[in-house]
Amino acid sequence: MRSSSLQTNIVRSLRILLLLGIVALTFGPLYLDLGHLRFFTEVFSLLVLAMMWNLVAGYADIVTVGQHAFVGIGGYAFYAFAAKADLNVTEAMIAAGLLSLLIGIPITAVVFRMRAAYLAIGTWVVAEVCTLLASKIPGFGGASGITLPSTVIRAVGANVEARFSHLYWMALALAVVCFIATALLLRSRLGVGLMAMRDNEEAAGSVGVNIVVCRIVCFLWTALFLGLAGALLTLQNLRIQPQASFSLIDYTVYVIFAVVIGGIGSIEGSIIGVAVYIGLRSAFSDYGNLYLIFLGAVSIAIMLAEPRGIWGLVRRYLPEDVIPVSHRYRPKTEATPAE
Amino acid sequence: MEAAGVTPPLLELVGVSRRFGGLSVIDDLDLRVEPGEIVGIIGPNGAGKTTLFNVIGGVLPPSGGKLLFAGNDITHITVWNRCRMGIGRTYQIPKPFSKMSVFENVLAAAVHGGGLSVKSAGEQAEEVLRQTGLLGRATLNAERLSLLDLKRLELAKALAQKPRLLLLDEIAGGLTGGECDVLLDIVRNVHAHDTTVIWIEHVIQALRKIATRMAVLYGGNLIADGAPDMVLANDRVRSVYLGEVT
Repeated sequence: MRSSSLQTNIVRSLRILLLLGIVALTFGPLYLDLGHLRFFTEVFSLLVLAMMWNLVAGYADIVTVGQHAFVGIGGYAFYAFAAKADLNVTEAMIAAGLLSLLIGIPITAVVFRMRAAYLAIGTWVVAEVCTLLASKIPGFGGASGITLPSTVIRAVGANVEARFSHLYWMALALAVVCFIATALLLRSRLGVGLMAMRDNEEAAGSVGVNIVVCRIVCFLWTALFLGLAGALLTLQNLRIQPQASFSLIDYTVYVIFAVVIGGIGSIEGSIIGVAVYIGLRSAFSDYGNLYLIFLGAVSIAIMLAEPRGIWGLVRRYLPEDVIPVSHRYRPKTEATPAE
Repeated sequence: MEAAGVTPPLLELVGVSRRFGGLSVIDDLDLRVEPGEIVGIIGPNGAGKTTLFNVIGGVLPPSGGKLLFAGNDITHITVWNRCRMGIGRTYQIPKPFSKMSVFENVLAAAVHGGGLSVKSAGEQAEEVLRQTGLLGRATLNAERLSLLDLKRLELAKALAQKPRLLLLDEIAGGLTGGECDVLLDIVRNVHAHDTTVIWIEHVIQALRKIATRMAVLYGGNLIADGAPDMVLANDRVRSVYLGEVT
């Protein structure tokens, strides 16, 4: 069962490719036009949403259909901090993320009383309530929403080119920070427990993994990053509006499709899923609703072939993960050969 | 209840019941296990043996009665806290972490159940894997193990927690004579290091070699409890379990 050097080399090449990709993307504004800058900014946000849904649903078995709640909360909080409290853009973003985390705490108490299908519906209901509440807050434009003041928009960049470049970098930074932090989380003590939970929850409890603590940490972790992503999306869209800022379709449904296609239960899967989803969307954008049918068909086909998505299929032929979140066995003493 | 100064039993079940709807699987069961015992539990299929372990381990709450571990009431303690208090168990139908390596399976148990840092848990995992003969498969994903190795992995995970009470659920089934002797040696070794054992097993010959006491579960309650030879010679036991007409 020893893996060949070819397979090891493939893993190594993929790792180098991933690093080179991040480096190349860092210099994106030097060679990308405005349309592509905007496109990639959206991709980076989507990547954060996908990694977060994968963390709660793939590892902690919290199959939420309400993660758009935190995206919307982040957006509205950003508006409050930037337009009303006059914080600068960075401070307002961080404050929005923290507020989203804070609001996540009482939501935890409500949502964690439920399991499985009830939990899915419960999270959805919580998100709908948040959407309604957002439209009722005085001074936030009601149901039709409100545009960011021009001072905030100009603070990001004096002209369109500068603004798009800065937004691009902010989104890339958020995606990279979210990626590294989540990978480190999975490598930690808690992460070992999360991976055990992913594979068998009852057995994880029986080896001492505190299921409740793991769930709460994951849920609040995603509340923070989703809130940050919401702030960023608001800055990109230049406005808040209840139905758009709390978009079930854009921030939850498409994200679930992406993660399921790419592969649930791994970071690689989320990245692949977003790439495939974006690719399909670009390729089929002229076909209107037909594209949705196609997207559905692709995800069903992949689920039938391999529940762990495209990455699950690829991973069968690779000796280890590309993103090394697992703990490899390193013999301390002479290993005895398999008997 | 006990006289002062007497060490409490390691595990005590007082009037424990477990019903599934109208079906009573464990019925008003009393059991005391003293530190240092190796208690073999036998009984026909459907007698409630695995349910009993699920209640002791905390996977299933009892419908009635209470459980004490080293004198502390654990009736309402979660599965993972019971594990951290020192109750380790294996599952009759193995429940591996299938997408993790064999090493990581045991590491998870040593980190969470054993309360070790990831680093020292790694050393403990290596030791336990060697002890259970799984070291050569350490880097394999658990989903690629044979049933026999999966049963070894169940034992390895439980041992990695350094439990004070080890619950073994039919881990000798399907072993050859030689393999069974190896297993018995492992259990003797663990027992010598202050671990109390409760072992559910159909392979009575294996139990007979090691159990300090044997109990027979039938119809949700113990119909015999005592020295192995005495229990196995009991007429009632022979008729309900061994199927002999008396």
